[in-house]
Amino acid sequence: MAAATDAGPEGQYRTPLRQRLFGVHPIGYAFAGPYLIFWLALFAFPIGFAVYMSFFDWFFAAPGAEVDRPFVGLDNYTEVLGDPSVRRAALNALIFIVINVPLTVVLAMVLAYALNQALPLRTFFRASYYVPYVTASVAMIAVWLWLFSGGGLINQLLGPLSPDPSWLVNSFWAMPVIALFATWKQLGFYVLLYLAAMQNVSDELYDAAKVDGAGVVRRFWTVTVPGVRSATTLVVVLAIIIGANFFTEPYLLTGGGGPNGASVSPVLIMYQEGIEQGNAGYGAAIGVLLAAVVMIISAINQFVLEERE
Amino acid sequence: MATNTDPPTDGPTTTDHRTTTDRTGRGDDVDAPAVRAPDQGTAREAAAEGREVQTLVRRRTRARMAGFVLLSLGAILFLFPFWYMVVGSLQTEPDPTVGGAFPDPANITLANYADINSRLDLLRTLFNSGVFTGGVIVFTLVLGLLAGYALAVLDFRGKGLVFSVVLLSLIVPFQLLMIPLYVMIVRTYGLADSYLGMILPFAVNATAVFIFRQFFRSIPRDLFDAARIDGASELQILLRLAIPIARPAILTAIIVTFIGPWNEFLWPFLITKQQTMQPLAVALANYITTIAGRAANPFGAILAGATVLAIPAVVLFLAFQRYFLQSDIGAGIKG
Repeated sequence: MAAATDAGPEGQYRTPLRQRLFGVHPIGYAFAGPYLIFWLALFAFPIGFAVYMSFFDWFFAAPGAEVDRPFVGLDNYTEVLGDPSVRRAALNALIFIVINVPLTVVLAMVLAYALNQALPLRTFFRASYYVPYVTASVAMIAVWLWLFSGGGLINQLLGPLSPDPSWLVNSFWAMPVIALFATWKQLGFYVLLYLAAMQNVSDELYDAAKVDGAGVVRRFWTVTVPGVRSATTLVVVLAIIIGANFFTEPYLLTGGGGPNGASVSPVLIMYQEGIEQGNAGYGAAIGVLLAAVVMIISAINQFVLEERE
Repeated sequence: MATNTDPPTDGPTTTDHRTTTDRTGRGDDVDAPAVRAPDQGTAREAAAEGREVQTLVRRRTRARMAGFVLLSLGAILFLFPFWYMVVGSLQTEPDPTVGGAFPDPANITLANYADINSRLDLLRTLFNSGVFTGGVIVFTLVLGLLAGYALAVLDFRGKGLVFSVVLLSLIVPFQLLMIPLYVMIVRTYGLADSYLGMILPFAVNATAVFIFRQFFRSIPRDLFDAARIDGASELQILLRLAIPIARPAILTAIIVTFIGPWNEFLWPFLITKQQTMQPLAVALANYITTIAGRAANPFGAILAGATVLAIPAVVLFLAFQRYFLQSDIGAGIKG
C-alpha cells in the first residue's frame, strides 16, 4: 500500500528485480518470521493435528511405545454426538448463552451509556466495573462459593426463600448461577467496548434528536443503540465464544459439573474424556465440533447484524 | 455542569449551547462551558430559548440523577464480593451471616494467611505466576513488536497474507487447540511441569501484533525514511526509534497481556502436576477442590489465598488504568 513512498523514484535508476520479487523491504520476512514460526508450530499445526486425531482412535501411550492408533473415520464424531453427557453439556452451554448474552448486552449498554455522561465519580464507577474482569476467576469463584454455599450470605438474606438443595448443588440452579457469575465477571470488559463505541457516535445525531424533543430514553433507543451496533456484534460473538469455552466455573463452582452433570460444560467433557481418560481422539472431535459451531454462529451473527446496517 | 444552567441571555440563534450540554462524557469529568453564538437574536427569542433550556436542564438533571443512582447500585454489586473477600479473609472464622459483612475489629486476624501459606507456599506459587506471566509478556512483546513493525512500516510481498494469518489466530477458539497442544507439549516434548510449557501457547498473541501495527501506522512514514537515509538498518530503526516512541503502546500491550496469564487457570492446570511448579491460581484451585466439603469452615484460608491472588492484578490495573482504557483493547480476548 505504502510502497509508492520508496519504490517510485528508486525504481527508475536500479533494476527492481529483487523488489519485484520480494517487495521494497525483504527484511520484513525476517521481522515477521519469528511470529510466523510460532504461529505455525503452536497454532496452525495443532489445528491440523486436532482434525487428524479426531479421525483416529488416538489415545495416550507411554513415550516411545509402539502403539496402533487405527483410523476410525467419523466414529469419534458419531460417538460424541450420541453421548448423553455431551448433549447435556451442549444444553448447558445453550442455557448459559441464553442467560448470559442478553443480560450482557443490555447491562453493558445501559451502564456504558450512563458512564458516558458527565457524572461525579465517573472514574471510580468505571474502575469498579472493570475490577471483576481483571481479577482471576479462581479468586472470584472462591468468594461466590462462599456467598452461595448452604449457609452463605445469599441464603441468610433469602431465609426460607432459599432453594433446597442449595444453589450450587441444585440441578436447576447450578447453571443459572454459573451464567450469572460469568456475566458479572466479564461485564466490565463489555462496558469498555461499548464505551469505546459510544465515543464514535456523532454528537450531531444526539443534538438532532434533542432538537426534536427526544428525552434521554428516546435518544438511547434511537441514537445510541443503532450507533453501537457493530460493537453489539462483537459483544455477542465474544460472549458466545466464552459461553462455549467455560471450564473453570463448572469445574470449581459446582465441583466438576454439578449434580448429575447439571452444569457440565463441553470443555469440561473434553478435559475429562480427552485428557483424564486419555481418549485424545474423542476429545479432539469435541474440540473440532465446538470450534465449528462457534465459528458458524459467529459468522451468522456477523452477517445478520452487519446486514441491517 | 452548573455553568450551563443559566439561560443564555445574549440570544443565540443557533443551537450551539445545546451542543455541549449533554455529550460531555468524552475525556474528562469537567464540563466545557457552552459555546455562545454571536449576538444576533431578539430578546423574545432569547427568553423562549431560556425557558426551553431550563426544561432541558431540569430533565437532564433528573436523568443524571437516575444515571448516578444506577451506577452506584451497580458499583455496590460489583465491588461487594471484593470487600467480602477481604473481610472474610481477615476473620478468625469467616462469618456468613449478614453481620459478617461488616468487619469486627475484635475478630481480625492474619491467621488465615499463615494457614494458606503453610499449605500452598504462597511465595513459591506467586513466583511461578510471575515467571509464567513475565515469560508470556516477553514473548508477546518481542514477537509482537517485530511483526507489528513489519506489518506497519515495511513493504514486502505477502504482507497481506501475513496479516490474514494474524487475524486467523483471533477467530479460532482455544478449545480446538487444547487437546493437540496438550499432546504436543506434555507427551511429545515432555514440557509438563515446566515454565516453557506454560508460556509457549500464549506466545502467539495476535492482539499485541494489532496494538503495535496500529501504533506504528499512526507514525509518519517520513520519520522512518529519514532514519533510512541516515543509513540506519531496519533493526536499528526499530530499536532506537520505533520502540522508544512506542512506549504507550508497549504499556498497553503489557497491561492487556498481563491479565491473561496471571488469571489463566485451564492451561497451567492441565500441564502442572507438581505443586512447586503451579501458579497460585492453580494451586489455590486444587486446594479448593481437595478440601471443599471436608473442613467445617474452610473459607478463611481460601479467601486469604484469593485475596493474595486478586491483589496484584487489581493494583496493577488501577495504577495503569489509562493504558488499559485505550480503545484498541477491543481485540483483547483470545477465544
